[in-house]
Amino acid sequence: MTAVAQPLPAARRPKRMTAARWGLYAFIFVTALYFLLPLYVMVVTSLKPMAEIRQGNLLALPAAPSIDAWIKAWTSACTGLTCQGIKIGFLNSLRILVPSVVISILVGSLTGYALSLWRVRGANILFGAMMVVAFIPYQVFIYPLVRVFSFTGLGQSLSTIVIIHTIFGLPTMTLLFRNYFASLPVELFKAARVDGAGFYQIYARIMMPMATPMIVVAVILQTTGIWNDFILGLVFAGRDNLPMTVQLNNIVNSTQGERAYNVDMAATLLTALLPLVVYFGSGRWFVRGIAAGAVKG
Amino acid sequence: MRLSLNSRLSTISALLPALLVMLVVYIGATSWTVWMSLTNSRMLPNNNFVGLRQYELLLGNDRWITSVHNIVIYGVLFVSLALLVGFLLAVAIDQRVRAEDTIRSIYLYPYSMSFVVTGLVWQWLLNPTLGIQHVLRSWGFEGATFDWIVRPETAIYCLVIAGVWQASGLVMAIMLAGLRGVDEEIWKAARVDGLPKWRVYVSIIIPMMGASFATAAVLLSTAVVRLYDLSVAMTNGGPGIASEVPAKFVMDHLFERANIGLATAAATTMLITVIAVVAPYLYWRARKGEVR
Repeated sequence: MTAVAQPLPAARRPKRMTAARWGLYAFIFVTALYFLLPLYVMVVTSLKPMAEIRQGNLLALPAAPSIDAWIKAWTSACTGLTCQGIKIGFLNSLRILVPSVVISILVGSLTGYALSLWRVRGANILFGAMMVVAFIPYQVFIYPLVRVFSFTGLGQSLSTIVIIHTIFGLPTMTLLFRNYFASLPVELFKAARVDGAGFYQIYARIMMPMATPMIVVAVILQTTGIWNDFILGLVFAGRDNLPMTVQLNNIVNSTQGERAYNVDMAATLLTALLPLVVYFGSGRWFVRGIAAGAVKG
Repeated sequence: MRLSLNSRLSTISALLPALLVMLVVYIGATSWTVWMSLTNSRMLPNNNFVGLRQYELLLGNDRWITSVHNIVIYGVLFVSLALLVGFLLAVAIDQRVRAEDTIRSIYLYPYSMSFVVTGLVWQWLLNPTLGIQHVLRSWGFEGATFDWIVRPETAIYCLVIAGVWQASGLVMAIMLAGLRGVDEEIWKAARVDGLPKWRVYVSIIIPMMGASFATAAVLLSTAVVRLYDLSVAMTNGGPGIASEVPAKFVMDHLFERANIGLATAAATTMLITVIAVVAPYLYWRARKGEVR
């Protein structure tokens, strides 16, 4: 499952272009167009003035590309009550993202480490239970959690949403690190024990430095997952910390009067930017993340 | 190796967060939700036990029936189409094509984007006045109609289109890993026997890829049950209640309609459905020894 598809050596590629090969490339070309179409339309729409959009050439390149819509989306688009643009959401998402990623990876790796290398009674039961609950939809937990957080006084706040992301990231993060640590040679761990290293020393000095590849995968997985989250941010972040996805939906879907499609698409692109950069920047790591986190999804 | 008291304490301290999450969040919250579904809680939870009354009300609720109806349509179409498209894409890429990395990136990039973004883009593309319908008409297909998103009986299919677009790349990645794991000898043997390629795929390769199909199907199915953001962003459940889904039903009744009893009954129904789907899969995986 964790295997990542490797490219085949180019030398084994058939040399001649037969009819079947043409058909194959035609299929790939058409499907690639289908996948690229929305991105293309987003980009060209965001660069057109509304007058041009109203003429209805969805697919046409902008006659005179302008970034006005981008500026408006960033600084002055209205999200229901205020008109300060999507930048508020961007900053909120960043403030949610950074602590959530760091803390969820710390807790997840520590849990995975304890479950894989240290023999504790009930470890397998705990792990098995975590894998089962990872599949349960949020709707089952959400209301009791709202009550618990309001009872503790945290209510809807930045701390709450960070804790929530840590909680719901825990099964995947634990799985990721547990499987990785379990795959390391156990002699390493035993030697450290013989040398007198303690639980946290082995974790911090030996295991985590060795787990760099898994940390990269975890960062990618959590960054895209948390950035793209909508429902948890909506419920737990509070009005002052609403993440970018929620603000984007407000900008686009709660507009009164005529819709500014160019601003909408610019805001949409801005929201998709970070995951896209992570995706195109990380290459095969993203696929590795999918494969490793596939148990949850 | 026997653990000293010290390291045993350390281990327990490290597992404390997980234990707490397990007990309080998962077991605690789930039990409370199930309990509330048996009460007549409205805006605030109460403990007036009413048995299965909320479930009766749920079954008589038009919006819930529509939601369930929609999620079945969406689930069947989304899972089967994403599996089909994803598998075909993986097979195409597996034919030693040029620029494999680029093609793969193109197929997979939608998966990196959120459902909100996906929903909003497709909402724009499917806009009947300025979207794809208009393009088709301007190309000379005067009678072309593609106004599914504003028609109640077809709105749910728009969610399928967007969902398949977003998730097919994931299936492709899983399937490609599976295809690359197929022994080269099988291909050689098939070539010696003169079997056409498609026959090899249908009769030999697909049956061998059960694990990849199962993994992809389970991933897609859990995404189906969770379907919420896409419906909110793309159609907001509309037109009317035409594209409502169960997760949205729960959220709306919890936070807008102040009907906690009914909402938790719906959530519990979702929970039972998920367990019914996932339990056999996890059992199967555990027996295969994949989850150690």
